[in-house]
Amino acid sequence: MPANTAFDTSGEDLATQIEAIASSSVTANGDTDVWVSSDRLLDVMNGLKEAGYEMLIGVTGVDYVGYFEVVYHLLSLSQNKRAIVKVKCGEGRIDPVMPSVLSVWRGAELQEREVYDLMGIRFEGHDDMKRIFLWEGFEGHPHRKDFL
Amino acid sequence: MPLKTEPITINVGPQHPSTHGVFRMRVTFDGEEVIDVEPIFGYLHRGSEKLAESRTYTQIVTLTDRMDYVASMTSNLSFILSVEKLSGIDPSPRGVWLRMIAAELQRIASHLVATGFFLQDLGTLGTPLIYMMRERETILELFERLCGARITNSYMRPGGVFMDAPDDFWPALDRFLADMPHRIDEYEDLISGNEIVAVRCDGVAVVDSQTLIDASITGPMLRASGIDWDLRNRQPYEYYDRVKFNRPLATASDNYARYIVRIHEMRESLGIIKQCLEQIEPGPVRPESVPFLIRPPAGDSYVGTESPKGELGFYLVSDGGVAPYRCKVRAPSLINLTLLREMLIGDKLADLFVTFGSIDINMGEVDR
Amino acid sequence: MPDPFDSILYQYVYCTLSSTDDVACVGSGLFGGGLLPGGLEWLAYVLTAVTIVAVLINAILGGVLMMIWGERRLLGRFQGRTGPNRWGPFGLLTPIADAVKTMFKEDVMPTVSDRLVFTAAPILMLFPALLIYAVLPFGAGTWLADINVALLFIIAIGGANVLAIVAAALGSGNRYAMFSAMRSVAMLISYEIPLVISLIGVLMLSGSLSLVAIVNAQTLPFFIVQPLGFFVFLVASMAELNRTPFDVAEAESEIVAGYMTDYSSMKFGLFFLSEFAATIATSGVITAVFLGGWHGFDPIPSQIWFIGKMVAVLAVIVWIRASWPRLRIDQIMNFAWKALFELTLINLVVSGILLLIWPSPSTTELWYMAGINWVVFLASIYIFGKVLGPKHDPVKAGNIQPDVTLSDSDAPALPTGGGD
Repeated sequence: MPANTAFDTSGEDLATQIEAIASSSVTANGDTDVWVSSDRLLDVMNGLKEAGYEMLIGVTGVDYVGYFEVVYHLLSLSQNKRAIVKVKCGEGRIDPVMPSVLSVWRGAELQEREVYDLMGIRFEGHDDMKRIFLWEGFEGHPHRKDFL
Repeated sequence: MPLKTEPITINVGPQHPSTHGVFRMRVTFDGEEVIDVEPIFGYLHRGSEKLAESRTYTQIVTLTDRMDYVASMTSNLSFILSVEKLSGIDPSPRGVWLRMIAAELQRIASHLVATGFFLQDLGTLGTPLIYMMRERETILELFERLCGARITNSYMRPGGVFMDAPDDFWPALDRFLADMPHRIDEYEDLISGNEIVAVRCDGVAVVDSQTLIDASITGPMLRASGIDWDLRNRQPYEYYDRVKFNRPLATASDNYARYIVRIHEMRESLGIIKQCLEQIEPGPVRPESVPFLIRPPAGDSYVGTESPKGELGFYLVSDGGVAPYRCKVRAPSLINLTLLREMLIGDKLADLFVTFGSIDINMGEVDR
Repeated sequence: MPDPFDSILYQYVYCTLSSTDDVACVGSGLFGGGLLPGGLEWLAYVLTAVTIVAVLINAILGGVLMMIWGERRLLGRFQGRTGPNRWGPFGLLTPIADAVKTMFKEDVMPTVSDRLVFTAAPILMLFPALLIYAVLPFGAGTWLADINVALLFIIAIGGANVLAIVAAALGSGNRYAMFSAMRSVAMLISYEIPLVISLIGVLMLSGSLSLVAIVNAQTLPFFIVQPLGFFVFLVASMAELNRTPFDVAEAESEIVAGYMTDYSSMKFGLFFLSEFAATIATSGVITAVFLGGWHGFDPIPSQIWFIGKMVAVLAVIVWIRASWPRLRIDQIMNFAWKALFELTLINLVVSGILLLIWPSPSTTELWYMAGINWVVFLASIYIFGKVLGPKHDPVKAGNIQPDVTLSDSDAPALPTGGGD
């Protein structure tokens, strides 16, 4: 059992849980992950935090060429399980904007800045949305697939 | 009538003896008191995540060495576990045991560096640091026997490790295991009971555990606040479910607690290595079936591991090719800095660096 | 010629030069004396002073080089390494190589600096350190000047280096240097007081401010008779010297190099030099005032005794430097005002009462005094440690700290707290 998968919440359970929190916010679900719509994200995240996912482990931006995806890894210390919530945004690569989860978890502060800096996804509601690694005035966002 | 004072702003770093690399803070002081801190990152940003997108999975192991360069083995391990989960590789047992031995040795080495530089920031003239570097040197020599490299090990491969330990590694490891407890006693003689260390560290930069959890802070910092959260125990990976170990917890959540938790974790790591030595069996270190060029099926994977600094995880997205489509590092060093501002404000200038040292970051991992 | 002839050093050089018919000079001096023709006694007098000062300053510089070497070797030993050992036997020539390297470095002057103040500061720093040597008795009859207010002179001169530090900070216009200067001034003001009061006990015992008289009064070394005064003086002089654990003025891990941050080349070299010269001078003062000065037993000359005791004090200072962290500035202030100041007052009162009982103590009575003083010393240190010491009890190595719990791996305790 080198890489333990027993602690990932199954996608179906998570989808049911999220539906109970905010109805018709789930757009799809996989084995361990759930896609939610971005306009219901804050409701979902608030609900998940209430439900025991105390820690936001990671915020990741992925460039799928046609659209962007933001992946939230959540961790529940009290129930000892993980959840993966994914949100699609920036359809057609035009101005990807997401609501910020900074109001839910303080841990989003640096991670959202990192996603903005390297992937160019803006988080609305983050009060300090500026570049973190690169300097102000840097052209482009390096982790996008069209940045060489 | 209160005295008229004027705040002054100082750029601490990126060139400063105590910023542990090229970290920069714009600090505003009122006299000796810190009233504002703005951390500025990026002086060591090398774009490792982007570089990973154009390398094969085996080649990325060398990039992970250079992220947390005082804990390369645990970075290797975290990446390899994510690759194995992504491609469904079943590692060979001897390889797993060797990886655990290497990772625990690395944890001791990293904690030695952390406590050594923490005490250097407290103003000791290098004595504890040099003692700790001496033991770290022994560990690096063990690594050299194990894989030929001291810092950038690149020891681990999907499915195990790239070569078995040579015969002279085991007696050297036994000598180290016999010697190290006395060395840790020596550190404690020198430091743990020192009144100056006590008055400097007690009750400085206290953060309560709920704030730590809310700010995604993991590792020894979280355990120093009394939260029993160690992924090796709570979500065991590798064969950590076959070894017994204690998790040192402190409740004070101040600089001293963070220091003492690390010291005790070193003792526990020694115990884990001893148990690994009892259970390791001969056999291949890597299954023959694992191809040189891994092409995982399309999909994504994330495995959180307990690195010396906190939860280290690699989020890998594969499109079925030889290189990952996206490789994102969940870097504990960066995320543990989230609360830096809150921890520093109101403290004195001298505590700025002590608190910073007690967080234990590594700029290679912060900026990647 | 009254006073100077108490010093055999002075007498020897003077008799070599002058062809005076003074009784003290008959048959003494190098080459049988009388190198200058008669009638030029005034010139001999001046030349004697110049020669001795030149010799002394060079000896100080040599001593500083030796101390740099010794400190680095000792620190190396404390830290489990060798220390400098390449250049010369045992690495003895390393400080000379360092000095040559320092001289050839580029002298950088920041554009924002005040050139005059920036340049004057290192020189200002060096003078007080050198002046203290003028009154140090290095052995029986071996001193430059035996002035009857020597201790006052040392205290006055010793406080002057803070001016240099402030000048360096203002001149270089560096904010780290500014922090350093503020800390220095605050520390100087706080620590001068216990430093001076701790000497009063010694003054009452010896009845004189002259170092020579104080050494002569020590039939029993005063650190045995005055343990509290010795302790406070040692601690306060470490603070005055900016040595660990009070080295906040040049705290490398906090404010880079403090007031020296912007200095390079020989200006930095002068700071370095004066710092070591001041350390050696202070160890000389401690030796003269508390350790019995040049007194020792016979076959070994008194000068060797004095220097040996100085080296012992220096070794203790290096030992402290090697093993202790630094205190915070507010804790240093607290320590000065809440501990050292009171301790000196206790010492003053106890010494006064004891002197009322034994107005002019013999050696036996000094032993009685010592016994009572040591009881007071240990008791007051214990009480002050309890009141002002750290809140948590430092425990022995290997034991589990009281606030560290070990979670049993079989039954993991759930973390506290739920959602919020």
